[in-house]
Amino acid sequence: MPDAMLVQGNEACARGALAAGCRFYGGYPITPSSEIAEHMVRLLPDVDGVFVQMEDEIASLAAVIGASLAGLKAMTATSGPGFSLMQEHIGFATMAEVPCVVVDVMRGGPSTGLPTMPSQGDVMQARWGTHGDHPAIVLAPSSVGEVFDLTVRAFNLAERFRTPVIVIYDEVIGHIRESVVLSEHVEVEDRPYPASEPADFWPKLAPAHGVPPLPAFGDGYRFHVTGLTHDECGLPTTEAPLAGALMTRLHRKVADHAAEIIETESFMLDDAELAIFAYGIVARSAREAVVRARAEGVKVGLIRPVTLWPFPHAEVAAAAKQVDRVVVAEMNLGQMIGEVERAAVGQAEIVGHLRADGEPIKPSELLAVILAGGGGET
Amino acid sequence: MTDVTSYLREWAMPHVLCPGCAHGIVLRSFLEAVDQLQLDQDKLAMVAGIGCSSRLVGYVDFCTLHGTHGRAPAFATGLKLARPELNVVVITGDGDGLAIGGNHLIHAARRNIDITVLLLNNSIYGMTGGQAAPTTPEGAIASTAPAGNAEPMFDACKLLVGAGASFVARVLAATPLEMTKVMAEGMSHPGFSFVEVISDCPEYYGRYNQLGGGAQMLTWMARRDAGVAVPLSTKRFVNHVPPSTAPAELVTGVLHREVRPVFTGVRRGPGS
Repeated sequence: MPDAMLVQGNEACARGALAAGCRFYGGYPITPSSEIAEHMVRLLPDVDGVFVQMEDEIASLAAVIGASLAGLKAMTATSGPGFSLMQEHIGFATMAEVPCVVVDVMRGGPSTGLPTMPSQGDVMQARWGTHGDHPAIVLAPSSVGEVFDLTVRAFNLAERFRTPVIVIYDEVIGHIRESVVLSEHVEVEDRPYPASEPADFWPKLAPAHGVPPLPAFGDGYRFHVTGLTHDECGLPTTEAPLAGALMTRLHRKVADHAAEIIETESFMLDDAELAIFAYGIVARSAREAVVRARAEGVKVGLIRPVTLWPFPHAEVAAAAKQVDRVVVAEMNLGQMIGEVERAAVGQAEIVGHLRADGEPIKPSELLAVILAGGGGET
Repeated sequence: MTDVTSYLREWAMPHVLCPGCAHGIVLRSFLEAVDQLQLDQDKLAMVAGIGCSSRLVGYVDFCTLHGTHGRAPAFATGLKLARPELNVVVITGDGDGLAIGGNHLIHAARRNIDITVLLLNNSIYGMTGGQAAPTTPEGAIASTAPAGNAEPMFDACKLLVGAGASFVARVLAATPLEMTKVMAEGMSHPGFSFVEVISDCPEYYGRYNQLGGGAQMLTWMARRDAGVAVPLSTKRFVNHVPPSTAPAELVTGVLHREVRPVFTGVRRGPGS
């Protein structure tokens, strides 16, 4: 068993990526994510991987997509301003079904904003940042150990569903150092590979449902990849039935497996009358506040979405049903709270504890909110 | 002439190009070069952006990636670094490669990554309906320049030499044999090779500037005496808007060639 190490969140991300089989990193410097690149450039050569620093974040994700089509598991990492630039290729990777992982270490925005104070202001962008209807898989770790685990999971989901997967965490999680034991051997999934010989592969590419197989460029399978709406052979089309079929398949390949993708954590929720909904670093503060409030006899618990998207509607609805009030605490001016309201409509009163000033939400702050019964200032 | 149909996805046709467009001639010359070099069809990857020229990759039977507007060199960089045994060829246009994608193009050149970029310059945005491009000559008419283009244009080859491309050439769609020869040289060159192909757009550029149909534009191009999709020509398009820069001679052929280290990414070095 490996020893415990003092590891930074961003380093855990790089190590998780390697454990998951990532062999290509393309990125552009931006605080507070740069340590991921700085670790990858040192780690990748030892496992016969490749690192490249690109000219911007648009190019970074383009290079990642190119490398993925060449058969390598590939990733990039950035922060808000770069995440905005990457939206173009998050859409491309979704449409062309190219597995890849994008890490967004959130800082205050909009624009250049607050380098480099923590924020959770990108969680809606992670869902809807690229244009058009599209599925999204977004994972939100709240500790260094979980950054490692969820980076591994992100690669596995990206490969399984042939779609970009986003790992999103705030600057505190990125830069905090914690004592963790990182597994060297993790369960790894690979993308579906064609069962047919190259001669029988093209032009019948995609099944009507699910995830089509993806060989690598250079394997002997010659095929076309495009961001245009395409038919099952991969060729561009504007015919409504074919366009509709593609959009439905892209949506359903994720939606039909939402229950497997969604992960939540509950803490002291069983007899709670008040629930805190929090994710990322705020969930750490909330957990501590719950422990302190319980010591004073207050029946409060925590529900934490580990998967932000697809949103855990059923889990949040169930939690809301058993409490009188849900406090949504997040480091933005109210993003996930709208989704909590949709899930919990009619079940419980939903109130927000929101801040977007670059300061993390502290346990003492949430304890005061809990002791005030969930009301108080927001 | 070589039978190039084995390199085509005939089932993907009819194609989207307009009558008179020279891009098909350019594609044929390219496939002749592929045939001459006896490149393995399974190991040839073509990467394109958005625009008329970029749509060519849908019709060729290689591994083909039709990416996003202007970003083809960045996609190609990842592809080549991840799988160095692939021959990677980018097809881009003047708007795709020099406007929205200018940054990616110059950085790919600077790195001297071993890919080939064919930039089909038809002096205008064709697919979107004839808007002015960074290659539209000053004074020429475009849908967004109804009184004549007010901006000076890029010389793509000078730009690429400056950016560090180790092979830079210009050829004319009107001279297909020369095209094949230069493209083959570019693809054989170790490092970043750039071939600007002067093509035509009779549907928009030709029509707006009263230059005739495709055949007439190619004839003029071959004679090099009119500004038919020839950005460095001497023709003045609008009498009251004189070009601010002195017209340069349209130089074709291999304009620059050097041997310098090829970028292969940060990876385990030989012997380490």
